[in-house]
Amino acid sequence: MTLANSHHSLSDTATQRATLAEVHTPRTFEDAVAGCGHAPLRAAAISTLQINLGKRCNQACRHCHVDAGPDRREVMPPHVVDACLSFLDASDIPTLDITGGAPEMHPSFRDIVLRARSAGRHVMDRCNLTITQLPNYSDLPDFLAAYRVEVMASLPSFAARLTDTQRGSGVFEASIAALRRFNELGYGVDGSGLLLHLVTNPVGAFLPGAQTALEVDWKRELQRRHGVTFNRLYTITNMPISRFLQFLIDSGNLQGYMDRLAGAFNPAAVDGLMCRNTLSVGWDGQLYDCDFNQMLELGTADEAPRTIFDATPAALAGRRIVVGPHCFGCTAGAGSSCGGATV
Amino acid sequence: MDTYYHPKDLGRFAEIGREAPELWQKFLDWYNAVFKEGALTEREKALIALGVAHAVQCPYCIDAFSTSSLEKGATPEQMTEAVHVAAAIRGGASLVHGVQMRGHVDKLAM
Repeated sequence: MTLANSHHSLSDTATQRATLAEVHTPRTFEDAVAGCGHAPLRAAAISTLQINLGKRCNQACRHCHVDAGPDRREVMPPHVVDACLSFLDASDIPTLDITGGAPEMHPSFRDIVLRARSAGRHVMDRCNLTITQLPNYSDLPDFLAAYRVEVMASLPSFAARLTDTQRGSGVFEASIAALRRFNELGYGVDGSGLLLHLVTNPVGAFLPGAQTALEVDWKRELQRRHGVTFNRLYTITNMPISRFLQFLIDSGNLQGYMDRLAGAFNPAAVDGLMCRNTLSVGWDGQLYDCDFNQMLELGTADEAPRTIFDATPAALAGRRIVVGPHCFGCTAGAGSSCGGATV
Repeated sequence: MDTYYHPKDLGRFAEIGREAPELWQKFLDWYNAVFKEGALTEREKALIALGVAHAVQCPYCIDAFSTSSLEKGATPEQMTEAVHVAAAIRGGASLVHGVQMRGHVDKLAM
């Protein structure tokens, strides 16, 4: 069950923010980035519009920073969808990144893809894989292939036990079945042009391994064990937000994890922070610097547009990025973003 | 509770360099060079260190290299096998001394 529907205190984002504020770090994130010439951290040009279609999901993963699940009802309404696509049309932003929840459960998912592709934009779908195994979505891979959508598929481990520990019993088996179907269509196959990337989060309170080295292992093991191929492996650091924050607190790991994130601050990761070239839109049209800020309800800075209805790329360029202690998650070690390591 | 070992002491490791900073720096340089990727990968080195940590029964090293092994992409199964390797060598080292025991007994016995 989600935090929201179990009425957990952490379902209140103010409680999450207060909890993080109470954790000691040797310096604030603002000070850390100021120390490498970013005082304050500011956005560059937007290269990715990331829209979160809602919190509905067929899974309820233990680390989910969205607190998504089958019992969530938040769905982006049609007028917000239209505003997002109008914003995209009026801009030269090359990429539309669609996330959720399970974004494919949104009733207009396919229409959004079609309209964005018709406008010549590259489209990415953040797919949990198992959605394609549900009866109503079994033709989803064919649809994605037809519109040459880039698939960013979540899979924490090539070991079944670890994947099921994080994402639920039976998820690994269903994910492998989904990957095989994507492969049949040419996804993840060299020369097809159909991109299938895997996204892995650590199954626990530690940093991800080196992306390049892990990719070699993953390609070997998924091919050897399951005959599955893919293009790239992206490592993403777990953020101390929502259900992963709950796990950190319940397991007594919160202070240690924040020590690890802050202690591993890498100045070289600051330039490539995704908040600097991404605009994140919530299901209700509110604007955020990233999906993590969105889940903490840390909207764009006061002086910048706050909703998609009054946004223009020009008004958002150079905006001050809103930061907090959780941002150490994106600058730890090799850096982390929705596109994997940044260093 | 007062104990000989305190988990937070691992974070104070650098204090050992206060009275001998040059030696501490030499140790750090050497230590960091040892764990860099070479003929062995960083993950292989972390797993060796994890095994050795169990052999020398250093609780600080066990914590540090359990985290390090995970962060280098090792699985709990690989880490458990590394501990078994250490345990097997420790067990075998005891057992092989039995040959010395047998030799001494042979010398004394009629």
